[in-house]
Amino acid sequence: MSLDTETSGEADDEALFTEIDLGWEHLKNRIFLGIIFAASMFGVVMLALLLFDIITDFYVGMTEFNISMGDFLTRDGSRREELSGFRGAIVASIMLMVLTAILSFFVGVGSAIYLEEYAPDNRVTRLIEANLANLAGVPSIVYGLLALAAFVNGVGMGPILLAGAIALALLVMPIIIVSTQEALRAVPDGVRNGSYATGATKWQTIRKVVLPAAMPGIMTGTILALARAIGETAPLIMVGALFTNRMPFGPLDRFSAMPTQIYNWANEPSQHFIHLAATGIVVLLAFMFAMNGIAIYLRNRYETEV
Amino acid sequence: MATDGDKLITTDVQTSSTGRIERPDETVVASQQLDVYYGDEQALDDVSMEIPENKVTAIIGPSGCGKSTFLRCVNRMNDQIDACRIEGGLRFHGKDVYDDDVDPVALRRKIGMVFQKPNPFPKSIYDNVAYGLRVQGKADDVDLDDAVEEALRGAALWDEVKDQLDSSGLDLSGGQQQRLCIARAIATDPEVILMDEPTSALDPVAASKIEDLIADLVEEYTVLIVTHNMQQAARISDKTAVFLTGGELVEFDNTNKIFENPEHDRVEDYITGKFG
Repeated sequence: MSLDTETSGEADDEALFTEIDLGWEHLKNRIFLGIIFAASMFGVVMLALLLFDIITDFYVGMTEFNISMGDFLTRDGSRREELSGFRGAIVASIMLMVLTAILSFFVGVGSAIYLEEYAPDNRVTRLIEANLANLAGVPSIVYGLLALAAFVNGVGMGPILLAGAIALALLVMPIIIVSTQEALRAVPDGVRNGSYATGATKWQTIRKVVLPAAMPGIMTGTILALARAIGETAPLIMVGALFTNRMPFGPLDRFSAMPTQIYNWANEPSQHFIHLAATGIVVLLAFMFAMNGIAIYLRNRYETEV
Repeated sequence: MATDGDKLITTDVQTSSTGRIERPDETVVASQQLDVYYGDEQALDDVSMEIPENKVTAIIGPSGCGKSTFLRCVNRMNDQIDACRIEGGLRFHGKDVYDDDVDPVALRRKIGMVFQKPNPFPKSIYDNVAYGLRVQGKADDVDLDDAVEEALRGAALWDEVKDQLDSSGLDLSGGQQQRLCIARAIATDPEVILMDEPTSALDPVAASKIEDLIADLVEEYTVLIVTHNMQQAARISDKTAVFLTGGELVEFDNTNKIFENPEHDRVEDYITGKFG
Protein backbone atom coordinates (compact mmCIF):
# COMPACT_ATOMS: atom_id res chain seq x y z
CA MET A 1 0.00 0.00 0.00
CA SER A 2 1.38 3.37 -0.88
CA LEU A 3 1.30 5.78 1.97
CA ASP A 4 1.73 9.54 1.98
CA THR A 5 3.92 11.04 4.64
CA GLU A 6 1.04 11.87 6.96
CA THR A 7 -0.40 8.38 7.22
CA SER A 8 3.02 6.85 7.51
CA GLY A 9 3.58 9.22 10.42
CA GLU A 10 0.43 7.88 12.09
CA ALA A 11 1.58 4.36 11.60
CA ASP A 12 4.84 5.25 13.31
CA ASP A 13 2.89 6.77 16.20
CA GLU A 14 1.00 3.57 16.74
CA ALA A 15 4.21 1.60 16.82
CA LEU A 16 6.00 4.15 18.98
CA PHE A 17 5.24 2.66 22.42
CA THR A 18 4.27 -0.88 21.55
CA GLU A 19 7.59 -2.38 22.54
CA ILE A 20 7.23 -1.01 26.07
CA ASP A 21 5.17 -3.46 28.14
CA LEU A 22 4.22 -1.94 31.45
CA GLY A 23 1.40 -4.37 32.29
CA TRP A 24 3.36 -6.21 34.98
CA GLU A 25 4.71 -2.98 36.51
CA HIS A 26 1.22 -1.49 36.76
CA LEU A 27 -0.06 -4.72 38.30
CA LYS A 28 2.67 -4.53 40.95
CA ASN A 29 1.60 -0.95 41.69
CA ARG A 30 -1.99 -2.04 42.18
CA ILE A 31 -1.04 -4.99 44.38
CA PHE A 32 1.13 -2.80 46.59
CA LEU A 33 -1.62 -0.19 46.83
CA GLY A 34 -4.05 -2.90 47.87
CA ILE A 35 -1.74 -4.16 50.61
CA ILE A 36 -1.03 -0.76 52.15
CA PHE A 37 -4.70 0.20 51.95
CA ALA A 38 -5.63 -2.99 53.79
CA ALA A 39 -2.96 -2.19 56.39
CA SER A 40 -4.36 1.27 56.98
CA MET A 41 -7.92 -0.04 57.19
CA PHE A 42 -6.88 -2.68 59.76
CA GLY A 43 -6.97 -0.21 62.66
CA VAL A 44 -10.31 1.20 61.55
CA VAL A 45 -11.85 -2.26 61.33
CA MET A 46 -10.49 -3.23 64.75
CA LEU A 47 -11.89 -0.06 66.32
CA ALA A 48 -15.24 -0.73 64.66
CA LEU A 49 -15.26 -4.32 65.99
CA LEU A 50 -14.39 -3.10 69.48
CA LEU A 51 -17.11 -0.48 69.42
CA PHE A 52 -19.60 -2.99 68.04
CA ASP A 53 -18.79 -5.44 70.85
CA ILE A 54 -19.15 -2.78 73.54
CA ILE A 55 -22.30 -1.32 72.05
CA THR A 56 -23.95 -4.77 71.92
CA ASP A 57 -23.08 -5.40 75.57
CA PHE A 58 -24.28 -1.90 76.38
CA TYR A 59 -27.54 -2.51 74.50
CA VAL A 60 -28.11 -5.88 76.16
CA GLY A 61 -27.43 -4.27 79.53
CA MET A 62 -29.98 -1.55 78.86
CA THR A 63 -32.68 -3.97 77.66
CA GLU A 64 -32.21 -7.32 79.46
CA PHE A 65 -30.72 -6.07 82.73
CA ASN A 66 -32.76 -2.89 82.82
CA ILE A 67 -29.74 -0.67 83.45
CA SER A 68 -31.12 2.84 83.41
CA MET A 69 -28.68 5.50 82.20
CA GLY A 70 -30.19 7.99 84.62
CA ASP A 71 -29.63 5.75 87.64
CA PHE A 72 -26.23 4.69 86.32
CA LEU A 73 -24.99 8.27 86.25
CA THR A 74 -26.49 9.33 89.58
CA ARG A 75 -25.69 6.34 91.81
CA ASP A 76 -22.43 5.37 93.37
CA GLY A 77 -20.95 1.91 93.20
CA SER A 78 -22.49 -0.80 95.31
CA ARG A 79 -22.04 -4.45 96.17
CA ARG A 80 -25.59 -4.94 94.97
CA GLU A 81 -25.57 -4.99 91.22
CA GLU A 82 -29.04 -3.51 90.71
CA LEU A 83 -28.14 -0.50 92.89
CA SER A 84 -24.71 0.05 91.39
CA GLY A 85 -23.88 3.23 89.50
CA PHE A 86 -20.97 5.16 88.06
CA ARG A 87 -21.29 8.59 89.68
CA GLY A 88 -18.48 8.19 92.19
CA ALA A 89 -16.13 6.94 89.50
CA ILE A 90 -16.99 9.78 87.13
CA VAL A 91 -16.47 12.38 89.86
CA ALA A 92 -13.21 10.68 90.88
CA SER A 93 -11.97 10.68 87.28
CA ILE A 94 -12.82 14.35 86.76
CA MET A 95 -11.07 15.29 90.00
CA LEU A 96 -8.10 13.17 88.95
CA MET A 97 -7.91 14.96 85.62
CA VAL A 98 -8.05 18.40 87.21
CA LEU A 99 -5.36 17.51 89.78
CA THR A 100 -3.21 15.77 87.16
CA ALA A 101 -3.49 18.79 84.87
CA ILE A 102 -2.47 21.18 87.67
CA LEU A 103 0.42 18.99 88.80
CA SER A 104 1.81 18.24 85.34
CA PHE A 105 1.02 21.34 83.27
CA PHE A 106 3.21 23.94 84.94
CA VAL A 107 6.16 21.64 85.56
CA GLY A 108 5.87 20.18 82.06
CA VAL A 109 5.51 23.48 80.22
CA GLY A 110 8.18 25.05 82.40
CA SER A 111 10.75 22.40 81.65
CA ALA A 112 9.85 22.47 77.95
CA ILE A 113 10.45 26.24 77.88
CA TYR A 114 13.78 25.74 79.58
CA LEU A 115 14.86 22.98 77.22
CA GLU A 116 13.69 24.73 74.06
CA GLU A 117 14.44 28.39 74.75
CA TYR A 118 17.21 28.54 77.33
CA ALA A 119 19.16 25.30 77.65
CA PRO A 120 22.63 25.41 76.10
CA ASP A 121 23.52 22.51 73.85
CA ASN A 122 25.69 20.64 76.32
CA ARG A 123 25.94 17.28 78.00
CA VAL A 124 23.48 18.10 80.79
CA THR A 125 20.81 19.15 78.29
CA ARG A 126 21.33 16.03 76.22
CA LEU A 127 21.08 13.96 79.41
CA ILE A 128 17.74 15.59 80.26
CA GLU A 129 16.46 15.02 76.71
CA ALA A 130 17.49 11.36 76.74
CA ASN A 131 15.98 10.93 80.18
CA LEU A 132 12.74 12.43 78.88
CA ALA A 133 12.57 9.97 76.01
CA ASN A 134 13.12 7.13 78.48
CA LEU A 135 10.49 8.45 80.87
CA ALA A 136 7.95 8.56 78.04
CA GLY A 137 8.60 4.87 77.45
CA VAL A 138 8.32 3.71 81.06
CA PRO A 139 5.34 1.34 81.51
CA SER A 140 2.53 3.06 83.36
CA ILE A 141 2.45 0.44 86.12
CA VAL A 142 5.96 1.54 87.13
CA TYR A 143 4.62 5.02 87.86
CA GLY A 144 1.96 3.33 89.96
CA LEU A 145 4.64 1.43 91.87
CA LEU A 146 6.59 4.65 92.37
CA ALA A 147 3.53 6.45 93.74
CA LEU A 148 2.75 3.44 95.94
CA ALA A 149 6.25 3.29 97.38
CA ALA A 150 6.93 7.01 97.67
CA PHE A 151 3.56 8.57 98.50
CA VAL A 152 0.99 5.98 99.54
CA ASN A 153 3.38 4.14 101.87
CA GLY A 154 6.49 6.34 101.99
CA VAL A 155 4.87 9.62 102.97
CA GLY A 156 1.92 7.73 104.38
CA MET A 157 -0.79 9.31 102.27
CA GLY A 158 -2.76 6.12 101.93
CA PRO A 159 -4.64 5.16 98.76
CA ILE A 160 -6.09 8.61 98.23
CA LEU A 161 -7.01 10.51 95.10
CA LEU A 162 -3.99 12.84 95.37
CA ALA A 163 -1.63 9.85 95.23
CA GLY A 164 -3.37 8.65 92.06
CA ALA A 165 -3.13 12.11 90.57
CA ILE A 166 0.61 12.23 91.30
CA ALA A 167 1.10 8.87 89.54
CA LEU A 168 -0.87 10.07 86.51
CA ALA A 169 0.93 13.43 86.50
CA LEU A 170 4.29 11.67 86.38
CA LEU A 171 2.95 9.52 83.59
CA VAL A 172 1.76 12.35 81.35
CA MET A 173 4.53 14.84 82.11
CA PRO A 174 6.96 13.56 79.45
CA ILE A 175 4.14 13.70 76.89
CA ILE A 176 3.32 17.29 77.84
CA ILE A 177 6.99 18.27 77.73
CA VAL A 178 7.56 16.76 74.29
CA SER A 179 4.37 18.22 72.79
CA THR A 180 5.15 21.63 74.30
CA GLN A 181 8.66 21.47 72.86
CA GLU A 182 7.17 20.74 69.45
CA ALA A 183 4.73 23.63 69.79
CA LEU A 184 7.56 26.01 70.77
CA ARG A 185 9.71 24.77 67.90
CA ALA A 186 6.85 25.49 65.49
CA VAL A 187 6.99 29.21 66.38
CA PRO A 188 9.17 30.70 63.63
CA ASP A 189 12.50 32.21 64.69
CA GLY A 190 11.64 35.28 62.65
CA VAL A 191 9.00 36.15 65.22
CA ARG A 192 11.50 35.80 68.07
CA ASN A 193 14.03 37.95 66.22
CA GLY A 194 11.35 40.54 65.53
CA SER A 195 10.68 40.76 69.24
CA TYR A 196 14.35 41.01 70.21
CA ALA A 197 14.93 43.65 67.55
CA THR A 198 12.06 45.67 69.02
CA GLY A 199 13.97 45.86 72.29
CA ALA A 200 12.25 43.08 74.21
CA THR A 201 14.08 40.94 76.73
CA LYS A 202 14.15 37.19 76.42
CA TRP A 203 11.43 36.67 78.99
CA GLN A 204 9.22 39.34 77.40
CA THR A 205 9.70 37.61 74.07
CA ILE A 206 8.72 34.24 75.49
CA ARG A 207 5.80 35.51 77.53
CA LYS A 208 4.28 37.93 75.04
CA VAL A 209 5.05 36.35 71.68
CA VAL A 210 6.29 32.78 71.81
CA LEU A 211 3.95 31.32 74.44
CA PRO A 212 0.76 32.88 73.04
CA ALA A 213 1.70 31.60 69.58
CA ALA A 214 2.46 28.13 70.92
CA MET A 215 -0.48 27.94 73.32
CA PRO A 216 -2.95 26.16 71.00
CA GLY A 217 -0.35 23.46 70.37
CA ILE A 218 0.45 23.21 74.07
CA MET A 219 -3.24 22.91 74.96
CA THR A 220 -3.78 20.28 72.28
CA GLY A 221 -0.86 18.22 73.56
CA THR A 222 -1.97 18.57 77.16
CA ILE A 223 -5.55 17.52 76.45
CA LEU A 224 -4.39 14.52 74.43
CA ALA A 225 -2.08 13.55 77.30
CA LEU A 226 -4.95 13.86 79.79
CA ALA A 227 -7.19 11.83 77.47
CA ARG A 228 -4.60 9.09 77.76
CA ALA A 229 -4.41 9.49 81.53
CA ILE A 230 -8.16 9.23 82.03
CA GLY A 231 -8.12 5.69 80.68
CA GLU A 232 -5.06 4.55 82.62
CA THR A 233 -5.87 1.65 84.95
CA ALA A 234 -2.62 0.05 86.05
CA PRO A 235 -1.13 2.95 88.07
CA LEU A 236 -4.43 3.50 89.87
CA ILE A 237 -4.66 -0.18 90.78
CA MET A 238 -1.13 0.02 92.18
CA VAL A 239 -2.08 3.07 94.19
CA GLY A 240 -5.01 1.12 95.57
CA ALA A 241 -8.00 2.64 93.82
CA LEU A 242 -10.12 -0.49 94.00
CA PHE A 243 -13.16 -1.67 95.92
CA THR A 244 -14.21 1.87 96.78
CA ASN A 245 -17.79 2.69 96.00
CA ARG A 246 -18.16 6.06 97.69
CA MET A 247 -17.96 9.31 95.82
CA PRO A 248 -14.80 11.25 96.74
CA PHE A 249 -15.33 14.77 98.06
CA GLY A 250 -11.74 15.98 97.94
CA PRO A 251 -8.23 15.02 96.93
CA LEU A 252 -7.63 13.28 100.27
CA ASP A 253 -10.52 10.82 99.92
CA ARG A 254 -10.21 7.22 98.86
CA PHE A 255 -11.53 6.70 95.37
CA SER A 256 -12.12 4.44 92.43
CA ALA A 257 -11.94 6.10 89.01
CA MET A 258 -13.76 5.09 85.86
CA PRO A 259 -11.21 2.59 84.51
CA THR A 260 -10.66 0.91 87.89
CA GLN A 261 -14.39 0.68 88.48
CA ILE A 262 -14.80 -0.95 85.06
CA TYR A 263 -11.93 -3.32 85.85
CA ASN A 264 -13.57 -4.14 89.15
CA TRP A 265 -16.96 -4.87 87.61
CA ALA A 266 -15.49 -6.88 84.77
CA ASN A 267 -13.97 -9.25 87.33
CA GLU A 268 -17.34 -9.96 88.91
CA PRO A 269 -18.96 -13.30 88.08
CA SER A 270 -22.44 -11.78 87.67
CA GLN A 271 -23.51 -10.97 84.11
CA HIS A 272 -25.24 -7.86 85.42
CA PHE A 273 -21.88 -6.43 86.55
CA ILE A 274 -20.33 -7.33 83.19
CA HIS A 275 -22.97 -5.22 81.49
CA LEU A 276 -22.48 -2.43 83.99
CA ALA A 277 -18.82 -2.52 82.93
CA ALA A 278 -19.86 -2.21 79.28
CA THR A 279 -22.01 0.79 80.16
CA GLY A 280 -19.08 2.28 82.06
CA ILE A 281 -16.83 1.79 79.02
CA VAL A 282 -19.31 3.69 76.88
CA VAL A 283 -19.23 6.60 79.34
CA LEU A 284 -15.42 6.49 79.53
CA LEU A 285 -15.12 6.43 75.73
CA ALA A 286 -17.53 9.36 75.52
CA PHE A 287 -15.20 11.32 77.81
CA MET A 288 -12.14 10.38 75.75
CA PHE A 289 -13.79 11.22 72.43
CA ALA A 290 -14.95 14.55 73.85
CA MET A 291 -11.41 15.40 74.98
CA ASN A 292 -9.92 14.35 71.65
CA GLY A 293 -12.61 16.36 69.92
CA ILE A 294 -11.64 19.48 71.88
CA ALA A 295 -7.99 18.88 71.00
CA ILE A 296 -8.78 18.51 67.29
CA TYR A 297 -10.98 21.59 67.41
CA LEU A 298 -8.18 23.64 68.99
CA ARG A 299 -5.70 22.39 66.43
CA ASN A 300 -7.92 23.23 63.46
CA ARG A 301 -9.05 26.51 64.93
CA TYR A 302 -5.53 27.86 65.24
CA GLU A 303 -3.52 25.97 62.62
CA THR A 304 -3.69 28.84 60.11
CA GLU A 305 -2.01 31.17 62.61
CA VAL A 306 1.77 31.78 62.53
CA MET B 1 22.76 69.70 69.08
CA ALA B 2 20.14 72.28 68.19
CA THR B 3 17.04 71.27 66.31
CA ASP B 4 17.88 73.78 63.61
CA GLY B 5 21.06 71.89 62.98
CA ASP B 6 19.09 68.71 62.53
CA LYS B 7 16.85 70.34 59.99
CA LEU B 8 19.83 71.69 58.07
CA ILE B 9 21.25 68.24 57.72
CA THR B 10 17.88 66.89 56.71
CA THR B 11 17.62 69.39 53.90
CA ASP B 12 21.16 68.56 52.85
CA VAL B 13 20.19 64.96 52.38
CA GLN B 14 17.59 65.87 49.84
CA THR B 15 19.92 68.12 47.89
CA SER B 16 22.82 65.76 48.11
CA SER B 17 20.96 62.88 46.48
CA THR B 18 20.37 65.09 43.45
CA GLY B 19 22.86 67.93 43.59
CA ARG B 20 25.84 66.09 45.10
CA ILE B 21 26.65 68.77 47.65
CA GLU B 22 29.28 67.51 50.07
CA ARG B 23 28.98 68.29 53.76
CA PRO B 24 30.68 66.70 56.72
CA ASP B 25 28.13 64.38 58.31
CA GLU B 26 27.56 63.37 61.87
CA THR B 27 28.58 59.75 62.25
CA VAL B 28 26.08 57.57 64.09
CA VAL B 29 27.51 54.08 63.66
CA ALA B 30 31.16 53.40 63.01
CA SER B 31 32.99 50.12 62.69
CA GLN B 32 36.73 49.90 63.23
CA GLN B 33 38.70 46.92 61.94
CA LEU B 34 35.71 44.73 62.58
CA ASP B 35 36.31 41.00 62.24
CA VAL B 36 33.52 38.48 62.69
CA TYR B 37 33.94 34.74 62.81
CA TYR B 38 31.36 31.96 62.78
CA GLY B 39 33.35 29.18 64.40
CA ASP B 40 36.49 28.95 62.27
CA GLU B 41 34.98 30.73 59.31
CA GLN B 42 35.65 34.41 58.90
CA ALA B 43 32.55 36.32 57.85
CA LEU B 44 33.87 39.89 58.04
CA ASP B 45 37.46 40.90 57.46
CA ASP B 46 38.76 44.19 58.79
CA VAL B 47 35.69 46.28 58.03
CA SER B 48 35.91 49.99 58.84
CA MET B 49 33.13 52.31 57.82
CA GLU B 50 31.29 55.33 59.16
CA ILE B 51 27.56 55.57 58.72
CA PRO B 52 26.25 59.15 58.55
CA GLU B 53 23.17 60.41 60.34
CA ASN B 54 19.86 60.90 58.52
CA LYS B 55 21.06 59.29 55.36
CA VAL B 56 20.38 56.03 53.60
CA THR B 57 23.47 53.88 53.55
CA ALA B 58 23.22 50.81 51.35
CA ILE B 59 25.33 47.69 51.66
CA ILE B 60 25.57 45.64 48.50
CA GLY B 61 27.55 42.59 47.53
CA PRO B 62 27.22 38.99 46.41
CA SER B 63 25.67 36.27 48.56
CA GLY B 64 27.78 35.24 51.53
CA CYS B 65 29.88 38.40 51.50
CA GLY B 66 28.93 39.24 55.09
CA LYS B 67 26.62 42.18 54.49
CA SER B 68 23.84 40.79 56.66
CA THR B 69 26.42 39.82 59.25
CA PHE B 70 27.57 43.42 59.44
CA LEU B 71 24.01 44.63 59.86
CA ARG B 72 23.35 42.15 62.64
CA CYS B 73 26.51 43.26 64.44
CA VAL B 74 25.16 46.78 64.76
CA ASN B 75 22.24 45.83 67.01
CA ARG B 76 23.99 42.74 68.37
CA MET B 77 21.50 40.30 66.92
CA ASN B 78 24.53 38.07 66.33
CA ASP B 79 24.57 37.54 70.10
CA GLN B 80 21.85 34.94 69.44
CA ILE B 81 24.35 32.79 67.55
CA ASP B 82 26.64 30.89 69.91
CA ALA B 83 29.44 30.28 67.42
CA CYS B 84 29.69 33.96 66.49
CA ARG B 85 32.81 35.79 67.65
CA ILE B 86 33.47 39.48 67.13
CA GLU B 87 36.76 41.39 67.21
CA GLY B 88 37.45 45.04 66.62
CA GLY B 89 35.24 47.97 67.37
CA LEU B 90 31.68 48.88 66.54
CA ARG B 91 30.68 52.24 67.88
CA PHE B 92 27.26 53.82 68.25
CA HIS B 93 27.68 57.54 68.97
CA GLY B 94 31.26 56.76 69.94
CA LYS B 95 30.35 54.07 72.46
CA ASP B 96 31.54 50.56 71.66
CA VAL B 97 28.38 48.46 71.63
CA TYR B 98 30.36 45.35 72.55
CA ASP B 99 31.60 46.89 75.80
CA ASP B 100 30.67 44.88 78.88
CA ASP B 101 28.44 47.62 80.24
CA VAL B 102 26.27 47.79 77.12
CA ASP B 103 23.03 45.85 77.45
CA PRO B 104 22.03 44.58 74.00
CA VAL B 105 18.37 45.01 74.92
CA ALA B 106 18.96 48.71 75.59
CA LEU B 107 20.95 49.00 72.37
CA ARG B 108 18.10 47.51 70.34
CA ARG B 109 15.72 50.07 71.82
CA LYS B 110 17.74 52.72 69.99
CA ILE B 111 18.40 50.70 66.84
CA GLY B 112 15.35 49.16 65.20
CA MET B 113 15.41 46.43 62.60
CA VAL B 114 13.33 45.22 59.66
CA PHE B 115 13.97 41.72 58.38
CA GLN B 116 14.07 40.10 54.98
CA LYS B 117 10.97 38.04 55.53
CA PRO B 118 8.06 40.02 56.99
CA ASN B 119 7.69 38.71 60.55
CA PRO B 120 4.63 40.27 62.18
CA PHE B 121 3.63 38.71 65.47
CA PRO B 122 0.53 36.51 65.47
CA LYS B 123 -1.36 39.36 67.12
CA SER B 124 -3.66 42.13 65.99
CA ILE B 125 -2.30 44.95 63.85
CA TYR B 126 -2.71 47.30 66.80
CA ASP B 127 -0.85 45.00 69.19
CA ASN B 128 1.94 44.51 66.68
CA VAL B 129 2.62 48.23 66.51
CA ALA B 130 2.09 48.80 70.24
CA TYR B 131 4.39 45.88 71.11
CA GLY B 132 7.61 47.87 71.26
CA LEU B 133 6.08 50.60 73.41
CA ARG B 134 4.64 48.00 75.76
CA VAL B 135 7.81 45.96 76.23
CA GLN B 136 9.86 49.12 76.62
CA GLY B 137 7.52 50.36 79.35
CA LYS B 138 6.56 53.46 77.36
CA ALA B 139 2.92 52.48 76.86
CA ASP B 140 1.75 54.40 79.93
CA ASP B 141 3.62 57.59 79.07
CA VAL B 142 2.04 58.11 75.67
CA ASP B 143 -1.44 57.93 74.21
CA LEU B 144 -1.11 54.45 72.76
CA ASP B 145 -3.83 54.95 70.14
CA ASP B 146 -2.11 58.09 68.86
CA ALA B 147 1.29 56.42 68.86
CA VAL B 148 -0.03 53.46 66.89
CA GLU B 149 -1.71 55.74 64.38
CA GLU B 150 1.41 57.84 64.00
CA ALA B 151 3.61 54.81 63.42
CA LEU B 152 1.18 53.33 60.90
CA ARG B 153 1.01 56.68 59.09
CA GLY B 154 4.81 56.80 59.13
CA ALA B 155 4.88 53.40 57.51
CA ALA B 156 2.27 54.49 54.90
CA LEU B 157 -0.09 51.78 56.09
CA TRP B 158 -2.69 53.72 58.12
CA ASP B 159 -5.18 54.32 55.31
CA GLU B 160 -5.19 50.65 54.38
CA VAL B 161 -5.68 49.22 57.88
CA LYS B 162 -7.38 51.93 59.98
CA ASP B 163 -10.70 50.02 59.89
CA GLN B 164 -9.21 46.64 60.81
CA LEU B 165 -6.76 47.37 63.60
CA ASP B 166 -8.13 44.42 65.58
CA SER B 167 -7.61 41.85 62.84
CA SER B 168 -4.48 39.74 62.79
CA GLY B 169 -1.31 41.15 61.30
CA LEU B 170 -0.94 37.84 59.49
CA ASP B 171 -4.08 38.54 57.43
CA LEU B 172 -2.29 41.34 55.56
CA SER B 173 -0.54 40.90 52.22
CA GLY B 174 3.24 40.43 52.17
CA GLY B 175 3.93 44.07 51.33
CA GLN B 176 1.52 45.29 54.00
CA GLN B 177 3.11 42.93 56.52
CA GLN B 178 6.51 44.40 55.77
CA ARG B 179 5.18 47.92 56.24
CA LEU B 180 3.57 46.73 59.48
CA CYS B 181 7.03 45.57 60.57
CA ILE B 182 8.41 48.99 59.68
CA ALA B 183 5.62 50.60 61.72
CA ARG B 184 6.55 48.30 64.60
CA ALA B 185 10.18 49.35 64.30
CA ILE B 186 9.51 53.11 64.18
CA ALA B 187 6.77 53.13 66.84
CA THR B 188 9.39 53.29 69.60
CA ASP B 189 11.22 56.08 67.79
CA PRO B 190 14.72 54.54 67.44
CA GLU B 191 17.61 56.52 65.99
CA VAL B 192 18.76 53.98 63.44
CA ILE B 193 16.72 51.54 61.38
CA LEU B 194 18.50 48.50 60.02
CA MET B 195 16.90 46.84 57.02
CA ASP B 196 18.01 43.41 55.90
CA GLU B 197 16.88 43.03 52.27
CA PRO B 198 13.43 44.32 53.19
CA THR B 199 11.98 44.03 49.68
CA SER B 200 13.49 40.78 48.44
CA ALA B 201 10.42 38.77 49.48
CA LEU B 202 7.99 41.25 47.90
CA ASP B 203 6.54 41.85 44.45
CA PRO B 204 7.78 44.94 42.53
CA VAL B 205 4.79 47.14 43.40
CA ALA B 206 5.06 46.40 47.12
CA ALA B 207 8.84 46.85 46.88
CA SER B 208 8.52 50.29 45.32
CA LYS B 209 6.17 51.35 48.12
CA ILE B 210 8.82 50.36 50.64
CA GLU B 211 11.44 52.28 48.67
CA ASP B 212 9.27 55.40 48.71
CA LEU B 213 8.81 54.89 52.41
CA ILE B 214 12.56 54.68 53.02
CA ALA B 215 12.98 58.04 51.29
CA ASP B 216 10.53 59.50 53.82
CA LEU B 217 11.99 57.69 56.82
CA VAL B 218 15.42 59.16 56.30
CA GLU B 219 14.14 62.59 57.31
CA GLU B 220 13.88 61.33 60.87
CA TYR B 221 15.99 58.22 61.01
CA THR B 222 19.35 56.94 59.91
CA VAL B 223 18.73 54.01 57.59
CA LEU B 224 21.21 51.23 56.96
CA ILE B 225 19.93 48.86 54.32
CA VAL B 226 21.33 45.62 52.97
CA THR B 227 20.15 44.84 49.48
CA HIS B 228 20.75 42.31 46.74
CA ASN B 229 19.33 44.69 44.23
CA MET B 230 21.89 47.13 42.86
CA GLN B 231 19.28 49.28 41.12
CA GLN B 232 17.55 49.64 44.45
CA ALA B 233 20.77 50.77 46.12
CA ALA B 234 21.34 53.26 43.31
CA ARG B 235 17.79 54.58 43.59
CA ILE B 236 17.42 55.03 47.31
CA SER B 237 20.80 55.38 48.98
CA ASP B 238 23.08 58.31 49.63
CA LYS B 239 26.11 56.20 50.37
CA THR B 240 26.93 52.70 49.26
CA ALA B 241 29.27 50.13 50.69
CA VAL B 242 30.37 47.26 48.48
CA PHE B 243 31.29 44.04 50.25
CA LEU B 244 32.91 41.32 48.21
CA THR B 245 33.60 37.67 48.85
CA GLY B 246 35.56 37.00 52.00
CA GLY B 247 33.74 39.59 54.08
CA GLU B 248 35.88 42.43 52.85
CA LEU B 249 34.62 46.00 52.50
CA VAL B 250 36.13 46.93 49.15
CA GLU B 251 34.73 50.38 48.62
CA PHE B 252 32.54 52.78 50.55
CA ASP B 253 31.62 56.10 49.03
CA ASN B 254 28.79 58.26 47.78
CA THR B 255 26.33 56.17 45.80
CA ASN B 256 26.82 58.13 42.57
CA LYS B 257 30.56 57.68 42.77
CA ILE B 258 30.24 53.94 43.36
CA PHE B 259 27.91 53.43 40.44
CA GLU B 260 29.51 55.86 38.00
CA ASN B 261 33.18 55.78 38.71
CA PRO B 262 34.29 53.22 41.30
CA GLU B 263 37.92 53.22 42.40
CA HIS B 264 38.34 49.47 42.30
CA ASP B 265 38.12 47.28 39.24
CA ARG B 266 36.54 44.51 41.32
CA VAL B 267 33.73 46.85 42.31
CA GLU B 268 33.22 47.92 38.72
CA ASP B 269 33.14 44.27 37.64
CA TYR B 270 30.54 43.53 40.29
CA ILE B 271 28.39 46.56 39.47
CA THR B 272 28.46 45.88 35.75
CA GLY B 273 27.52 42.28 36.38
CA LYS B 274 30.78 40.66 35.33
CA PHE B 275 30.73 38.55 38.48
CA GLY B 276 28.72 37.99 41.62
